[in-house]
Amino acid sequence: MSGAALESRADFELIARFIREGEQVLDLGCGNGALLGHLIATRGAGGYGVEIDPDKVLASIERGIDVIQGDLETGLSGFRDAAFDRVILSLTLQAMHRIEPLLAEMLRVGREAIVSFPNFGYWRHRAQIALAGHMPVSPELPYQWYDTPNVHLCTLRDFETFCAHHAYRIIDRHVLTRGRSVRWLPNLLGSIAVYRVQRGTDSR
Amino acid sequence: MSERIDTARSVGCVTPQEVAFPEPLRLAGGSELAAYTLCFETYGTLNAARSNAVLVCHALSGSHHVAGWYADDPDDVGWWDNLVGPGKPLDTERFFVVGVNNLGGCHGSTGPATIRPETGRPWGAAFPVVTVEDWVRAQARLADHLGIDAWAAVIGGSLGGMQALQWALDRPERVRHAIVLAAAPKLTAQNIAFNDVARQAILTDPDFHGGDFYAHGVHPVRGLRIARMLGHITYLSVDQMAEKFGRARRAGDLSYSFDVEFEIESYLRYQGDKFAASFDANTYLLMTKALDYFDPAHAYGDNLGAACARARARFLVVSFTTDWRFDPSRSREIVRALVENGKRVSYAEIDCPYGHDSFLIAHPHYHRVLAAYLGNIRP
Repeated sequence: MSGAALESRADFELIARFIREGEQVLDLGCGNGALLGHLIATRGAGGYGVEIDPDKVLASIERGIDVIQGDLETGLSGFRDAAFDRVILSLTLQAMHRIEPLLAEMLRVGREAIVSFPNFGYWRHRAQIALAGHMPVSPELPYQWYDTPNVHLCTLRDFETFCAHHAYRIIDRHVLTRGRSVRWLPNLLGSIAVYRVQRGTDSR
Repeated sequence: MSERIDTARSVGCVTPQEVAFPEPLRLAGGSELAAYTLCFETYGTLNAARSNAVLVCHALSGSHHVAGWYADDPDDVGWWDNLVGPGKPLDTERFFVVGVNNLGGCHGSTGPATIRPETGRPWGAAFPVVTVEDWVRAQARLADHLGIDAWAAVIGGSLGGMQALQWALDRPERVRHAIVLAAAPKLTAQNIAFNDVARQAILTDPDFHGGDFYAHGVHPVRGLRIARMLGHITYLSVDQMAEKFGRARRAGDLSYSFDVEFEIESYLRYQGDKFAASFDANTYLLMTKALDYFDPAHAYGDNLGAACARARARFLVVSFTTDWRFDPSRSREIVRALVENGKRVSYAEIDCPYGHDSFLIAHPHYHRVLAAYLGNIRP
């Protein structure tokens, strides 16, 4: 999936902090299994990765991860309701075609969804459009407009509006730029956002 | 099925062994086999802890001859030689690999062609119908005989994959890993229909003699040949057949007769003849019946998830995109049942053009997946 080229991704440590000892997790678009491997090693987590790319499935098997080859676009029908503590979608949201059913499925099979994505509203992305006049290309969005797998880029504000609209509750949000936490003007200064989302009305 | 042998990475010259089990074996059908013999081969060395043994289960027409060749017949190469050997995905430098001929088989284990001690004549039609559960029970005694408490892995494709699954369900404490390839949790009506046409071809052959053809000095080769031709069609993919044969004819002009004209006809007849000359018709009936009866969920209210609850093995389930006999959705049923129970399982869907027979092919990505999974098994 998009962004998976980075072996140890910026959001891994952050996601790991959200996982409690021994939790059951489902990592959607698990790539080479690095995140799930990290969660198993550092949190004693259990669970599965789901990945569509055959070479990444192979890499996950090599790593000893339990990986299910499958297409997230066709849903999570292989998983039961509330089977997982957390369902992770790490830097994959922006490459999905059908966002609404996927988020609904994540919150069906898991108590909580952890979603990270590159912030299209990051000032460097905005500047490339506003000043240089071309589609953003950055470490977070390392593609040209014509070869990008990213079909649903969004900003922090877009995602929060989406959650409010669907009555999803945002439990927590962390915004990063180059591995550093961003607190001030996150939708402008943050390049990657990690959200914890649960069912229910946003009370913030 | 096997290609020319890779001598550098072969297990080399092998010798089949036999072991007789004098204790009666209760069968799922209600009858009892007073005693039986299993024919098997082993490759590699059993380690001191006896923890590196891998059982290879064969499919409908397979045997215990999984790898290597015979001194008196160097061309008789094992049916899974591309997988099993030193440095191969199922690495005989790490694992002690056991191939066994199923009960009811025709390659050395007790079966319909075996002389029955009570009568001094072949079992023939009197040989009981055996099930996948019966095979697991019979093979468990072979594990006892070899001093193997738990298999590091049980692996098989098609009917062999069903055995690997059944092993993991029936003897959870004796299977650490189950590798289930190109299998299904039970047959569909279409699957059973194909099997029944194959059986009818055999049963209606005048040389079948109610299964006691041995006494008549004949073998229902016509029926067995047609059964194999039909089966063979279902093992190949549509595209593969189109590419390999298309509408190619042996001679240029249409003959306006019923002689062999199309290459596919010639190929199928050759495959049918070859098979009918070397396989026992009664065994073919038994193997297809074992396939039809396989349904581990049945005893659990047709709930496969409930049937899988007792498994303790880690699983690797593999399907092939062009396999229409047991298509990938059938493997996903198994995966789903295991995931439901929180069992450890990986699933790979291999994009391979060779239909159901893909599991026998040295397809690079498929073999990399098996090598990766097997490589992580601690002996």
